Amino acid sequence: MDPQQLRFTTSHEWIAPDGTVGISDHAQHEITDVVFVELPKSGRAVKAQEPCAVVESVKAAFDIYAPVAGTIAAVNEETAKNPALVNQHPYGAGWLYKMTMASPADREKLMTHEGYQTFLKSATH
Amino acid sequence: MSGEKVVEPLSFEKSAPGRKGIPWPVCDVPTVPVDKNIPAGLLRESPALLPELSEPQVVRHFTRLSHLNFSIDTNFYPLGSCTMKHNPKVNDRIVQIPDFAGLHPLRPHELSQGILEILFEVERWLSQLCGMDAFSLQPSAGAQGELTGILVARAYHEHRGENRPVVLIPDSAHGTNPASVALAGLTAVTVKSTPDGQVDLDDLYQKLNKEVAMVMMTIPSTLGLFEPRIQEIAKKIHEAGALLYMDGANLNALVGLVRPGDLGVDVLHVNLHKTFATPHGGGGPGAGPVGVKKALEPFLPVPRVALENGVYRRKFDRAHSIGRVHGFQGNVGVLIRAYAYMRLQGAEGFREISENAILAANYLKAKLTPLFPKMPLGACMHEVVVSGEGAFGPGVRTLDVAKRLLDHGYYAPTIYFPLIVPEALMIEPTENESKETLDAFVETVRAIIAESKSDPDKVKTAPHTTPVRRLDEVRAAREPRLRYRP
Repeated sequence: MDPQQLRFTTSHEWIAPDGTVGISDHAQHEITDVVFVELPKSGRAVKAQEPCAVVESVKAAFDIYAPVAGTIAAVNEETAKNPALVNQHPYGAGWLYKMTMASPADREKLMTHEGYQTFLKSATH
Repeated sequence: MSGEKVVEPLSFEKSAPGRKGIPWPVCDVPTVPVDKNIPAGLLRESPALLPELSEPQVVRHFTRLSHLNFSIDTNFYPLGSCTMKHNPKVNDRIVQIPDFAGLHPLRPHELSQGILEILFEVERWLSQLCGMDAFSLQPSAGAQGELTGILVARAYHEHRGENRPVVLIPDSAHGTNPASVALAGLTAVTVKSTPDGQVDLDDLYQKLNKEVAMVMMTIPSTLGLFEPRIQEIAKKIHEAGALLYMDGANLNALVGLVRPGDLGVDVLHVNLHKTFATPHGGGGPGAGPVGVKKALEPFLPVPRVALENGVYRRKFDRAHSIGRVHGFQGNVGVLIRAYAYMRLQGAEGFREISENAILAANYLKAKLTPLFPKMPLGACMHEVVVSGEGAFGPGVRTLDVAKRLLDHGYYAPTIYFPLIVPEALMIEPTENESKETLDAFVETVRAIIAESKSDPDKVKTAPHTTPVRRLDEVRAAREPRLRYRP
């Protein structure tokens, strides 16, 4: 996926126009090697910023939040089987789940790739 | 790991078929085939693979392994949040005297007055040091203390006819806090921190409602900072009908100086294997006594030790108690060691412990500050959290520096915790270390930082001198192999 097409959260998730969600390249680098991924159940309704997946590295376990409200439409079983995909292809094969957004306009309110880069530079962490 | 000298092979690798440690006598009772006594479905399909060694081989194997031990008795061990302080040897001597070592927990109270008095006194000491009304000494670890404290709080709310399923926990808390909440059947909700590491009060107050049973705070915080607004926070929590829980893992910065009960804490656990100098981890077992205010006392585990007409008794008749959380009176050997330590220190001694622990951490912080561009500002309590960001050479991370410290004979500080500090190193010197030890540690850190710039690969491939080189943690987590296979 082209990062330019993605929208980003301050908690380092990205969401594509089709509702696919993953974590940013910056996030995968920061948390280091991912060793375990816990995915939500398909069909689950989630609120914006609700924790709905867990990514665990040798450093710690991290909650992954829903970038917008909606329903979990599909999950990426491949990342559960091979968590290294999150590190190798954060914007591609390492996606976590796909959601049906309650309102696609919500996604537009999140940061663009450029805005996210600025956020990373300005944020203390 | 390939290409490394093996310090000590596995016992399996030294095994020879048929070799025996001791000769077994001929069996002189009738034998029954094993499948006559145990259902076939429970029997293993092939014999267990066990190493076959002679007694001297076994003795040498474990003696050699013991020589590889790294411990507080051999080296500086600045593992943040764990309070790896010296365990005075006199405590071990006392617990080994036959009058204690030979005690049986089922002896009637008439014949157990001495030990019951000690348990009663430990509870009183802890109550006075912490400003609480009562303690249960049963929980055998900090995390079990948390679980007990949460169950007590839940029973308290239920007794009042209130349904409060939520526990609020700051995101800088120990990971055991939310785990204990889940185990107690309640729901943990995270409260954010501000960038300076304090609880985000707006977020806390917004989440505080009639659903909240308790707020769990670590005081001082895992950043080693004291929360100056704690009394105001406690007031708001109480106004919402909730309780304030204090994770006492960091009590070594408060004991003798501040009584948590005076701050508005309703429930807390303390780790005797931290602040009260009993052995830690493998040297344990531990003990995580739970203290409460008067209103919560009826819900503490039974049995309690009570003094009635000059006689100590175990009391079971507490209708609202959550029941037992441990066999008998808890890990009594640990409690005796803690009692010896309390008597050794006295109230004044505890004050000095906190003062010196805080002084040592701030001394380290002052000396480390020029080395770390992103050092959090201000004074700390008993531990110093350093951000490795921007401090090391190209591509060198905190993990690498921690590994390199092993080559210099130091146990590595806690790393990557708390999560809110990037590339964190958490260093807790405790009150025991001399200025010389602290100075030598700082010089080592300085040398490693210089090396990370002049020879980054040396740091990135550390450790170089330990019995095994860098372990592949990622592969161990992704493909755990927990059994020996020839």
